[in-house]
Amino acid sequence: MSFDAVAQQPKLLYLLQGVAAFAAVVSLILLALHRGPVRRRAAALLLLAPALLLLTVGILLPGLRTLALSFTDSGGDTWAGFDNYVWMFTDHGALVALRNTLAWVVLVPPASTVVGLLYAAAVARSRFRTFALSLLLTPMAISFVGAGVVWKFVYAYRPTGAGQIGLLNQLVVAFGGEPRQWLVDSPSNVLFLIVAMVWTQAGFAAVLLAGAIRGVPAELTEAARLDGASSGQIFLRITLPSIRPTLLVVLLAQAIGTFKAFDIVKTVTGGQFDTGVIAHEMYDQAFRYGETGRGAALAVLLFLLVTPFVAHQVRARRRAG
Amino acid sequence: MRFGARLALAVITLAVTATACGTPQDSGSRSQTTADCAPYARYAKHPGTEVTVYAENRDREADLFEETWADFADCTGIDVRYEGDGEFEAQIQLRVDGGSAPDLAFFPQPGLLERFARAGRLKPVSAGVAALAKQGWSADWNGYATVDGTLYGTPLVANVKSFVWYSPKFFRDKGLSVPRTWTELMAVTEKAAASGVKPWCAGIESAEATGWPVTDWIEDVLLRQQGTDVYDQWVTHKIPFNDPRVIEAMDTVGSILKNDRYANGGFGPARSMASISFQEAGTPVLSGDCAMHRQASFYADMWPEGTEIGPDDDVYTFLLPGADAASRPVLGGGVFTAAFADRPEVRAFQEYLASADFANARMKKGPFVSANKGVDPANAATPVDRLSIQLLQDPRTQFRFDGSDLMPASVGVGTFWRGAVDWIGGAGTRQVADSIERSWPSH
Repeated sequence: MSFDAVAQQPKLLYLLQGVAAFAAVVSLILLALHRGPVRRRAAALLLLAPALLLLTVGILLPGLRTLALSFTDSGGDTWAGFDNYVWMFTDHGALVALRNTLAWVVLVPPASTVVGLLYAAAVARSRFRTFALSLLLTPMAISFVGAGVVWKFVYAYRPTGAGQIGLLNQLVVAFGGEPRQWLVDSPSNVLFLIVAMVWTQAGFAAVLLAGAIRGVPAELTEAARLDGASSGQIFLRITLPSIRPTLLVVLLAQAIGTFKAFDIVKTVTGGQFDTGVIAHEMYDQAFRYGETGRGAALAVLLFLLVTPFVAHQVRARRRAG
Repeated sequence: MRFGARLALAVITLAVTATACGTPQDSGSRSQTTADCAPYARYAKHPGTEVTVYAENRDREADLFEETWADFADCTGIDVRYEGDGEFEAQIQLRVDGGSAPDLAFFPQPGLLERFARAGRLKPVSAGVAALAKQGWSADWNGYATVDGTLYGTPLVANVKSFVWYSPKFFRDKGLSVPRTWTELMAVTEKAAASGVKPWCAGIESAEATGWPVTDWIEDVLLRQQGTDVYDQWVTHKIPFNDPRVIEAMDTVGSILKNDRYANGGFGPARSMASISFQEAGTPVLSGDCAMHRQASFYADMWPEGTEIGPDDDVYTFLLPGADAASRPVLGGGVFTAAFADRPEVRAFQEYLASADFANARMKKGPFVSANKGVDPANAATPVDRLSIQLLQDPRTQFRFDGSDLMPASVGVGTFWRGAVDWIGGAGTRQVADSIERSWPSH
């Protein structure tokens, strides 16, 4: 199907209207600023107005609406008080999702950071640094959904005697073991999903940390070496403290991302076998079960959980800047 | 291997179509055919109009739909724009909320249709469609698209779920005959087990829908043990989910599916079914590692390529028997059309879809079953379709819709499926039934 300009006319018209409206707003502001002497505060407000407006429409209002919805029932129109929040902390499925999210957030950021750090330290001064880093970065180039499909195959199960199609079970069988249903046996299946997440995230950590390690002044490490420090000591006492800010940024970014983990769970297990996480449960409730109120309540919870991390991140960045 | 090849093909096709036209599932009904327009005269002419259709069916199923209504489109001048989406059930809500509802949607679950009807989004059917519905389907079938006495749609597709797939050759070799009563079924089961073959195979892995084949089993057995009244009361929650009669049905299913002696043929211990996708679960029937596989009529499409289906071929199917040879309890599912718009062209198309003409034309194109009384079983593309239609048209048949599709979504596609998975994993019947009962929404 080719692009049919006539058929697309209404959309083009909307686009045109949007551009015109934008231009009008900007010129109004410029005009207002231009007219006579204005106090600085008013000028700042005027310049901020478009951004504030967009933030209000795009984030603040939907956020407030979600908050309001979280106090309503499934249809989203009858007041339900704190029912949805009570449900969240009493329902088995929701509690499992909370437990799993906790496990994810506790395990994924440190694990992917440690993997990334060790890898970065190992290759930071190597000749093949770029190549080695891009190897670890490849999983990041794959979408989470793609990664999920890959790991679903890794964990695939076939009974004893049948040809294994999963890498992990093939290894187990090759060493004389019995194939296991990795994704079915709870709660260890949560750990197997976490491994998949770490696989996708370690590259991000490695690249940032490798950069930071390169930034550690060579004089420092050289001086330490002259003083007779072993490479282990140099790493722990010189490199690590020097890259602490980057380490923190990486950890926080991972934590925020992990809270919102959804794709891997959806593609690998679909939240079955007690592997659900908050974001996935939220989707199920709101869109598959039509339980708008519960979905909104989970969204609010997710927001509350992520906020401290984001706040800290912003503050850290401000300090750095 | 086959899957790999198919995946590669799918990826290539997707890439090619995506680059070629941007919208791979878009309607191609502009092609000119020299159709005889007389049968379509009653739908009048609607030149230059467009009807958007949104449904779950993709690929071949979508193509067959489009081929079937191509003549209708040409003769009436309506441009039918079909879009198939595997995520239909989740996306339709977003579409409607976002103000881009399709004109027509094919709802695979009456519960979903009801949700939109109650929200005032769906348009009640026109008088013409209502007349066709009354003429074409039983009160039971129309009841599934009726909300508070108003008819909102018509059945489009039907499928029979209570089928047991088996290998006629295997049955002959082992001296087994097709059972006509539940007692005979259990005798066949025991005989196969005694001969060293696990009689039943099952697979319940289906991504987020994992567990649904087990819920079908439970519904099927409840329908057989307690009859339609108790079944209806259970589905509508007039009796609790964990009623002792439901527990009894679950335990009967458990005596088969949770029994390592009876399941999981060709795959190992009973628990293995949690890792086996429902699509591949029946394959051990072909190799003689499993005697029977209970799965819906649509399983016909899931046998490996080259598998012949018929009473004397590789695989065939019989109705999961009732308590006695005379009863015909049939559990099934279906897809319903319903409209979000009531423009004349939408009405015309909905009327066409509700006609027996459409069902017959569609059946001639390929595998398809309609519960319309006006369809001719002779048009069925496969022996299983023919059997399904005969069952659906048999006055003795007591048809009941898949209960999990009728229950509130948070139970029907949520806790019931999850509970079934836990149950297969080893959780106790009472414990699982109690927790599903607790999850039933109170509003």
